Amino acid sequence: MQWGSASEFFAMGGYGLYVWVSFGATAVCMVWEVLAVWRRHASAVAESRGES
Amino acid sequence: MAINWFKYSSPQAFLPLAGRMIPWFSVAALASICVGLYIGFFVAPTDFQQGDSYRIIFVHVPAAWMSMFLYVVMAIWAGLGLGLNARPSFMMAQAIAPTGAMFTFLALLTGAMWGKPTWGAWWVWDARLTSELILLFQYIGIILLRASIDDLRRADRASAVLALVGVVNVPIIYFSVKWWNTLHQGASVTMTESKMATPMVAAMLIMMLGFWMYSFAVTLARMRCVILDRERQPSWSKHSSIHEVVEAR
Amino acid sequence: MSQPSLSEALCGVVRRDLLLAMRHRSDVAMSIFFVVIVASLFPLGVGPEAAVLRMIGPGVLWVTALLACLLSLGRLFTADYLDGVLEQTALIPQSLAVLVIGKVFAHWVISGLPVVLLSPLLGLQFGLGGDSLGVLTLSLLLGTPTLSMIGGIGAALTLGLRGSGLLVALLVLPLFVPVLIFGAGAVTSSMAGIGSEANLSLLGACFMLSLAFAPWATAVALRIALE
Repeated sequence: MQWGSASEFFAMGGYGLYVWVSFGATAVCMVWEVLAVWRRHASAVAESRGES
Repeated sequence: MAINWFKYSSPQAFLPLAGRMIPWFSVAALASICVGLYIGFFVAPTDFQQGDSYRIIFVHVPAAWMSMFLYVVMAIWAGLGLGLNARPSFMMAQAIAPTGAMFTFLALLTGAMWGKPTWGAWWVWDARLTSELILLFQYIGIILLRASIDDLRRADRASAVLALVGVVNVPIIYFSVKWWNTLHQGASVTMTESKMATPMVAAMLIMMLGFWMYSFAVTLARMRCVILDRERQPSWSKHSSIHEVVEAR
Repeated sequence: MSQPSLSEALCGVVRRDLLLAMRHRSDVAMSIFFVVIVASLFPLGVGPEAAVLRMIGPGVLWVTALLACLLSLGRLFTADYLDGVLEQTALIPQSLAVLVIGKVFAHWVISGLPVVLLSPLLGLQFGLGGDSLGVLTLSLLLGTPTLSMIGGIGAALTLGLRGSGLLVALLVLPLFVPVLIFGAGAVTSSMAGIGSEANLSLLGACFMLSLAFAPWATAVALRIALE
């Protein structure tokens, strides 16, 4: 481990804002996409079931 | 073991196959990303020149790579669809586009986040950034064109033509750092050697693998939605078999 | 009656389109006036300072030419599509791609060529000097047909769609960007004394590439739209 403490980890040597916005945006986008496809699948299944 | 691949070219057969593959790809994606993040944050050392801001490459490079890779794959499916007149190929292209657009957006966003501390500017109009921005517009154009056409067959074929026409941009993005004097750095990793420390390269490649597995999983899942949406009209989707298939997940 | 040859069909398409355009001379005039007005808007908006105008001149003139092409793309296929002539054109035995070249050429004569001919005058308005004026004209001469050819793909893809005007712009502008960059870049590099050969040869390459592929892609798109 190279980080002395948790606060050092979050500070990222002064670049914390840039690093965490990048990783955060990536995580948010990917999770949002997974949820969106999940929701779409659920409604597609429900509609196809409802029609039979 | 001889596998008759063509039997999976019917949406009816593809649906359960995709359903079985998605969990594997999801697990692989999650595992790769966790490993990659661990190595990237806890094993890779602080960079001598850029400090810790360089760690953004662990999402920036995989996202940029996926944005180009997915476009080419989408264009290949589009070409196959036009050449073989095969509807599943068009559906595959349709399923890939939103994920590709998302990665392009992320590549641009994380690039700006990295550019600000490194170059002092959120954005520069150099060749690679400009052509990546154009790629985003191309993805959006393909999605919007499909949305504007009501007739499904015409929508498939028109967006396929557009995807193929736009594929010229991808080599431009890739080679732009070699062809022009740009601010963006050149390739740090080639087939034979790398200019970065090993943990950094390892983390970056593992994250790339993770994003690739993720793309597989999401695209297959979206493909299933596309199939269900399209096949709602014909009678085969109303048979009990589709419900068994769906319930079995 | 013997079948017309490919070149006869091509000339027939060009002649017909030019004849129709001559009957609506206002269309040609509109292109010219649009370019003049838009190019004049920039000095009015930015201020008359000569150094600033000279710096933005190449880009402004190139964007103006680009917009003129974009706005006139609606006229490329729509009229023929609406009165059924386009379907007939697609049915004749001669290659549709070659006929597309004819239509795009006629479209360029009407909307692109006036821009090329006007460009020295407009360049003077922005304070561009002798050599740069020549490079500007040459770049537009190479670039505007390229824009028309690429634009034809967008016009064919969006044929008959609602809101197609905006959609064409969205589809086609990403493909216009390299032409714009090389075209404006040729003039600015000539003004900076670096020499415009690199940009002009890249522009020529774009022209050749689009000549080789765009008519064929446009023909495919037309057939898709006509099904």
